[in-house]
Amino acid sequence: MLTLFYILSAITLGTAFLTIFSKNPIHSAIYLVLCFFSIAGHYLMFNAQFLAIVHIIVYSGAIMILMLFTIMLMNLNKEGEKSKNAWSQIAAVISFCLLALVLLATFIKAQQPEYNYATKGADFQSIKVLGQVLLNDYMVPFEFASVLLLVSMIGAVLLSKKEHINN
Amino acid sequence: MEEAIIIEKSVIIIAVFALTMLMAMYSTLAERKIAAWLQDRVGPNRAGKGGILQPLADGLKLFAKEEFVPNTPNKFLFFVGPAISMSMALMTSAVLPWGDKLHLFGRDIILQATDIDVALLYVFGVLSVSVYGIMIGGWASNNKFSLMSAMRAASQMISYEVAMGLSIIALIMMTGTLSIREIALGQNGMNWNVFYQPVGFLIFLICSFAEANRTPFDLAECEAELIGGYHTEYSSMKMGFYLFAEYAAMFISSTILAVLYFGAYNYPGMDWAEKNWGVNIANVIGIFVLFIKICFFIFFYMWVRWTIPRFRYDQLMRLGWKALIPLSIANIIITGIVMLLVD
Repeated sequence: MLTLFYILSAITLGTAFLTIFSKNPIHSAIYLVLCFFSIAGHYLMFNAQFLAIVHIIVYSGAIMILMLFTIMLMNLNKEGEKSKNAWSQIAAVISFCLLALVLLATFIKAQQPEYNYATKGADFQSIKVLGQVLLNDYMVPFEFASVLLLVSMIGAVLLSKKEHINN
Repeated sequence: MEEAIIIEKSVIIIAVFALTMLMAMYSTLAERKIAAWLQDRVGPNRAGKGGILQPLADGLKLFAKEEFVPNTPNKFLFFVGPAISMSMALMTSAVLPWGDKLHLFGRDIILQATDIDVALLYVFGVLSVSVYGIMIGGWASNNKFSLMSAMRAASQMISYEVAMGLSIIALIMMTGTLSIREIALGQNGMNWNVFYQPVGFLIFLICSFAEANRTPFDLAECEAELIGGYHTEYSSMKMGFYLFAEYAAMFISSTILAVLYFGAYNYPGMDWAEKNWGVNIANVIGIFVLFIKICFFIFFYMWVRWTIPRFRYDQLMRLGWKALIPLSIANIIITGIVMLLVD
């Protein structure tokens, strides 16, 4: 089990670094796909089948295909792109640090209600239990997430419409 | 006991693999024969009796052809493309049930490679990943027609995947499970899902045509506009892999259609047969019944291919986004209301 973890971690980190360092944007995207697959492997090692499969469907199957689609159409093959100015670089670093802080705080502070189900003897990896947790204990955040997605979807539609009117 | 399970599962996996290959092989012959029949021709009839050896001859021809690699900066990705297509076409069969169970050597053998809790989602995962084969191959060919074809394939697959997923949600609501085995078991007798979900079935059928890149949705290999589509630059067995993967995917999606909506291996009187003739005979008949259903759907695919002309690209997108998705959402809502009323 531990060797499997090390192999998966090596693949995850290696492909993540290759994503950043490869010159060709298409190669970057393909390395990112491999990275997502290895993360799904990590989920499977937690026995979280639902999370692993949904991760593959959403990230590798939809988002990365759209990403590849855009990159292929834009033809970003020229190397030596101009680097962004210093301010935006600093802003990027700061916002990344803030995100990392939030994520760390979440992982350290978060309660884990699955333990209640585990003590009850329920199989807390099954979809039924997952659905109960999502729609009972986390009803409000779950609905907020769906509203957030709806807002971003409407925003995307509006943006594309606006361009159309200007032309 | 552990070894017995490993042997049992290996035998099932190898049998399913061989079967998929065999069906894909003979689907190529069936396609040509059916095309000939619909167009009032004879079809291939030279290799073997009635052309029965034609797939072998085709395979041999593809193996013997010159291996041509275009001048591309991505030789590795050029090789990877067909491999992804083929492996993704074969991976789905791992979660499909081919029969209920056999009673051999004093133990029940479940005729399924693996039954995971999220089998249906696994099928969708594999489907959504399978487009990488076409995309990567088309891009690495370094040919603008191949690239255009890859783009078309990707946008088409993403569009129809949404409608497909939504159409299956109504089915999941009804059956209350994501395990394909339980869905198959729930259709015992004549309780086939197609009678309860006719609209869902229709949407799923149309979307599986689009997912398998078959006419009228084969915009990715539209000869009149794009030469050969994404496999323009491919030759020899790499090209053979792409063609073969299409037929393997067709077999698998016919199986999914038969299992999800057309009662899987269930047939009228299965319980009676099980009681009077024993589990084994009833289930062997069940396997044959499943294969008859699969063969019907494969024939249906071919029938449509030689009957309906190809859509225009904007028609394809309009059908996907403006007709099928709203229809499947309405189907979900109506299913929910009816379920509430019946309760």
